[in-house]
Amino acid sequence: MEEQKTDIGIDEQQEYLINMGPQHPSTHGVLRLLVSLKGEIVKNVEPHIGYIHRGIEKMCESITYPQIIHLTDRMDYLSAHINNEAVCLNIEKALEVDIPDRIKVIRTIMSELTRIQSHQLFWSTFGMDLGGLTCFFYGLRDREKILDIFEETCGSRMIVSYNCPGGLMYDIHPNFQERVKAFLKYFRKTLPEYDQLLTGNVIFRQRTEGIGRLSLKDAISFGVTGPTARASGFSCDVRIHEPYSAYDRVKFNEVLFNEGDTFHRYLVRMDEIRESMDIVEQLIDNIPEGPFAVKMKPVIKLPEGEYYQSVETARGELGVYIISDGNKNPYRVKFRSPNFVNLSALNMMTKDFKIADLVAISGSLDLIIPDIDR
Amino acid sequence: MDKTSLAELIRSFDGETEIKDGKQFTEVNVPSANLHKLAKQLCENENTKFDFLFCLTGVDYGKELGVVYHLRSTEYNHSIVLKTRTNDRERPVLDSVYDIWKTAEFHEREVFDLLGIKFKGHPDLRRLFLESSWGYPLRKDYVDDINIVTK
Repeated sequence: MEEQKTDIGIDEQQEYLINMGPQHPSTHGVLRLLVSLKGEIVKNVEPHIGYIHRGIEKMCESITYPQIIHLTDRMDYLSAHINNEAVCLNIEKALEVDIPDRIKVIRTIMSELTRIQSHQLFWSTFGMDLGGLTCFFYGLRDREKILDIFEETCGSRMIVSYNCPGGLMYDIHPNFQERVKAFLKYFRKTLPEYDQLLTGNVIFRQRTEGIGRLSLKDAISFGVTGPTARASGFSCDVRIHEPYSAYDRVKFNEVLFNEGDTFHRYLVRMDEIRESMDIVEQLIDNIPEGPFAVKMKPVIKLPEGEYYQSVETARGELGVYIISDGNKNPYRVKFRSPNFVNLSALNMMTKDFKIADLVAISGSLDLIIPDIDR
Repeated sequence: MDKTSLAELIRSFDGETEIKDGKQFTEVNVPSANLHKLAKQLCENENTKFDFLFCLTGVDYGKELGVVYHLRSTEYNHSIVLKTRTNDRERPVLDSVYDIWKTAEFHEREVFDLLGIKFKGHPDLRRLFLESSWGYPLRKDYVDDINIVTK
């Protein structure tokens, strides 16, 4: 047997190894980070993932295309509607189906509502991670109103499964427009409370400003996308660069900052809530008449070939890559999940910061673990 | 740059590549021996600048194993698909592109975990999701009587 090391890191020269997670409250799920510490300074972070790996990509190979949609809800459950949309758009692109305007507009409105509720939950939990427990109650109070709208139209609150190939499962509820408008009016009034409570808070700013800087070059090299990358000045919004659904007919700005620290990753999300509200406002009164779904064949078979579709979820670019051999189930499906890629940059961002900053930095990435593990 | 001149340029990098014009992306098939050299040129050349590797997929083609790289240039906003294959199913080894795009670190670990393709030059090639005793589940010949229910 090899000689065992007896000194496991208690003198000054060596590093402590500390396990953060898998049940740590700030990891929001089962993420285990193996942290090497020198005193209080983080030297290395090694993510250990796979606690809830379900093999979704393998499962997809033996089920039909409409069934895949229901699995995508279970990846990034806070962007459930947008994940569904990605698969549907890919199938529709492969079959060259023309989608009526009504479907496109409703999908866009639902996507933006999804984005708002996801960012609300980010704000709640990020505040809570950094010690502002009140945020959690404020955020969930407002998020509930969007979930109620979802419940009325989709029948489900979080894992909506509202899309199907060729359109939507059912038409919108008669109250939908009215309730969304009421929500926008309400939330425009309460959003400044968020800023009063957290954005301007001295303790919060000291814990986030200048912490965990990610440069533009690193953001591109690590393939980071979404609000995390846009805080570093990486213009990567799929809604602008490759518009899908109804994004080509609305006006909105891509929120970009150059600082790339934790505070600006937070600010991007706060500004994106405002942009999303603008998008919904432009569309909500102009939902065209028409069918809510195109009639598709009962058994969907994609022509042989490869199809790639990316969409912008609340956390970044989700890519769906389907290789079809002409059968009713795909040959290979790959989900390029934004969280998986964003996590890879964590080690570089936390280097030489304090252990308490690790919580702030990983919180600002807004990680959803089922999306990492898939 | 339009698709044809881009294809010409890539062909000038490496004579052995095979370029197909796909529906969505231009498809570049490269022999596994030339992969790293071509990838480096694609990333560093002034006219291509594919600096953003946005998707890396391992595929089991039956007799062969392959890896598919989706590349985009953040400056010129053009994209291509780079593909490579290996015949060796017992000990598949490809070159790692970690030194070109850092995002490849996790992606390649995932491919190694689920398909068993080894990447030469990867800094830390370990299983990512599964235990080391597990097989390679994304391979088409993978059999698991207990966990996979077939109708």
